[in-house]
Amino acid sequence: MKNGITKLAFLIFFLNFAHSVTAQSSGEGDPSNYFIVSLIAVAAIILIAVILMISDNLMRIEAKQLGVDDGIVNYGLFPKINDIFRSKLPKHVKGGKVFFLKRGHNILLEGKPSGNNIEDAQVSTFALQPPNFIGMSPIPKVVVEKGDEVKAGDVLFFDKKRPEIKYVSPVSGEVIAVNRGAKRSIAEVVVLKDKEMKYRDVKPFDLEKGSREDLVAYLLEYGAWSMIQQRPYNIVAEPGVTPKNIFISTFDSAPLAPDNNTVVAGRGKAFQKGLDILNKLTDGKVYLGLDANSKHAPSEVFTNAKGVEKNWFNGPHPSGNVGVQIHHTASISAGDKVWTLGVQEVITIGALFTEGRYNSERIVTLAGKELDIPKYVKTYQGANVKDLTADNGSFENVRFISGDVLSGQSKSENGFLNFFDDQLTVVKEGDYYEMFGWLLPLKPRPSVSRTFPNFLFPNQKFTADTNAHGEKRAFVMTGQYESMLPMDIFPQHLMKSIIVNDFERMEGLGIYELSEEDVALCEFACTSKQPLQKILREGLDVMREQG
Amino acid sequence: MGLLNFLKKIEPDKEKSPMLHTVYDGFFTFAYAPNTVTKGGVHIRDGMDLKRTMVMVVIALQLCYLFGTYNIGHQHFVALGQHTSFFSAIHLKIAYGLIKIIPLFVISNLVGLGIEFFYAAKRGHAIEEGYLVSGALIPLIMPPDLPIWILILSIAFAVIIGKEAFGGTGMNILNIALLARVFVFFAYPTTISGDSVWVSGIAEGVSNYGWWHMGFFNGIFEAFGWTLFESGASVIDSFSGATPLSLAKAGWDNVLLHYSESEMLWGAIPGSIGETCKPFILVGALMLIVTGIASWRIMFSMFFGAVVCSLLLNAWGANPFMEVPWFYQFYMGSFFFAMAFMATDPVTAASTDRGKWIYGFLIGFIGMIVRVLNPAYPEGWMLAILLLNVFAPLIDHYVLEGNVKRRLKRAKVAETT
Repeated sequence: MKNGITKLAFLIFFLNFAHSVTAQSSGEGDPSNYFIVSLIAVAAIILIAVILMISDNLMRIEAKQLGVDDGIVNYGLFPKINDIFRSKLPKHVKGGKVFFLKRGHNILLEGKPSGNNIEDAQVSTFALQPPNFIGMSPIPKVVVEKGDEVKAGDVLFFDKKRPEIKYVSPVSGEVIAVNRGAKRSIAEVVVLKDKEMKYRDVKPFDLEKGSREDLVAYLLEYGAWSMIQQRPYNIVAEPGVTPKNIFISTFDSAPLAPDNNTVVAGRGKAFQKGLDILNKLTDGKVYLGLDANSKHAPSEVFTNAKGVEKNWFNGPHPSGNVGVQIHHTASISAGDKVWTLGVQEVITIGALFTEGRYNSERIVTLAGKELDIPKYVKTYQGANVKDLTADNGSFENVRFISGDVLSGQSKSENGFLNFFDDQLTVVKEGDYYEMFGWLLPLKPRPSVSRTFPNFLFPNQKFTADTNAHGEKRAFVMTGQYESMLPMDIFPQHLMKSIIVNDFERMEGLGIYELSEEDVALCEFACTSKQPLQKILREGLDVMREQG
Repeated sequence: MGLLNFLKKIEPDKEKSPMLHTVYDGFFTFAYAPNTVTKGGVHIRDGMDLKRTMVMVVIALQLCYLFGTYNIGHQHFVALGQHTSFFSAIHLKIAYGLIKIIPLFVISNLVGLGIEFFYAAKRGHAIEEGYLVSGALIPLIMPPDLPIWILILSIAFAVIIGKEAFGGTGMNILNIALLARVFVFFAYPTTISGDSVWVSGIAEGVSNYGWWHMGFFNGIFEAFGWTLFESGASVIDSFSGATPLSLAKAGWDNVLLHYSESEMLWGAIPGSIGETCKPFILVGALMLIVTGIASWRIMFSMFFGAVVCSLLLNAWGANPFMEVPWFYQFYMGSFFFAMAFMATDPVTAASTDRGKWIYGFLIGFIGMIVRVLNPAYPEGWMLAILLLNVFAPLIDHYVLEGNVKRRLKRAKVAETT
């Protein structure tokens, strides 16, 4: 193909060249002279090009054979085009592969915590919510009743389809409510926390001697298993599966996301222990995705982690999404199963061994312009929204989001943070009319479109609200999603295949590699305001049910 | 807020009068961005929507409108041998152009939007903005003297058969504006081909003005003491009205006998209303590229395809038209207009990046073949774009197949290692 184009270009060039030569031959001068001189010139150029190309290749081969070619330094003769245009890497990026992701977009919002101080949050109620676990039957078996006393780590419920996976209480205290949602499904099991935390006794486990099966049973028994998510579909990992690889992203590039270096501070031992355990669970590797964007080196907990493969990712959001990182390291094919975990989930698993208890402690970011003081707080999984935001602003017409503004879930004031979320974002509701708002907006708003002057001020921070800025339309623009997703995937065509229920196409176009958070940025940027995350989830659900 | 309250008060009932409500909704959302908030999925949305996208294209077209209006008048007076210098009698030329273009524009939008409103109401959808651009494009690609009833028929055909039959905005296979033009082209060929249709008001050989010229504008101009419209002037003998493209059949020198290079570049030549002024079109194209609304890939590869094809034709050189130097091919005809505004329609173009390169290249290549090698059609872009519109899904299909195959291969490699 490439060769063909070269030949064609050469032919055209030659034909025109010959044309002008023959044209000249009708005039004065010796025509054959021109022709021969030009032929020699062309031959000389080709010869030099061949020599250069061969030497370039030889240098690369040599570097590969010596094993010094680590993909970071260019050993060829010519600079790569990407090298010239891509951003300079910070000095601390070393050890492991570096991936440069060009596509995507960082949405900069006001309301990030200013320092790294972590306060203790005064939260009294916590909840474990069955809907947080994708694929769980809507009415799991709740083993506690209202009024029961539980310890942190005691089982609250389990899925009747997979009874071996235990879902345990994040804190100790009294079960004060089992709330139901639509069709009598269990929405949340609420626990009122004791003043003093009491932990369920955990038998020690010898990681050296214990077998993998024993380890799995151990993790299942003490509730740590629910920390592990399995792709495709983002379900809680299947105990019978040995994953191809395990992936952990150590940074979150979503808007207002917590800085994991802050989160992990002082908990390095548990994190490393967690990694050791995960290593035992997979035949493949445990991959750690590190941030190559920041000027500051990531926490040593990450850079010095042992027994893992480190990969650096440079580029805008969604470079921190584990799905994107998987795609570039060892992508998921049909039939593959890989596991993913968040940093704090790894710590909880590790703490089971280092502290001998189920410690669901979470550092949570409270972010958003609507808060008086955005900050980091220390609490436990599933903390109550009202308690978290107490005395931190007067909330009128705002939306509480468990997670970030792109892929988070909206919560009422009495709601609880989701199981896997370590971020609470508060944004203003945007239920206002705006005169000619689509053409002449009155105030700045985040946008990836260059019809707004935003692209001239890349460091400008915005205040966003939940106004949809337009109505839903048919798919019109093309190439927009692709530019927001640094993966070899065509999201728009995938979405269309999901809408028409074309299973073969869905699989072919890579539905297994995606989860909602990966297409969230595409959904944000979508001119037609299409609900991509919803469409994708429907597709994933259909595929899961098909098996 | 007073206006908002008033508008909310007069909102028709959706159940009782769906048609009225659709129309109301169309205009209301135009005046006010609605107060809908995100629900499920993302919580914040980009400030960009389809209205803004479409209006950006309309804005990019404004220079073409400006020049097109003036050029209608200019060509008219050149044919009569009056005010032949480009900047003389500016007021007459603008007035003449406006009298021609306003009906075209108004009718185009009335008919097209009317049909859109009707189908939107019937389907219970909100009005989609696709026709905003088509409605602005259609007058620019028609000859100035096109009878209004033909315009109405062509638009009705394009919108109903080309778009609504396929499900409305975003679903059409063929470019609506070009479909309207191709309808005129095949149904009423005498109104859109030949040498005499590209200059306004010379069909009878004598200038014959109506009330707007003689009554309205002459009245104003008289008050200022400016030159006036005068009926009864006849077309000068040496004037043919032939476009550069039809002259080029006899070679580039023949074109230069009638038009200078700068006239062709700046667009003071007969042609469809909006297609002649290359610099202004390129300003619009640049705006679309900078704002990211139109695909630079399509524009670039279409240009490249046309260059390659004309180079090949140059090398072949079997007749005088083929020997027109490749860069002069771009001085003639509507290449840039088609490149900037027609080929880049996101709905009908290829939708993958690689597909866009192929799509653009083939349009450029095939369009140039039609232009030069086919004696029946003096310009090729309309047909080339419509042809590739039909093939765009096929191109995409192969690009997607490539993606699927890559994924399968990766899976196999992973299995063996």
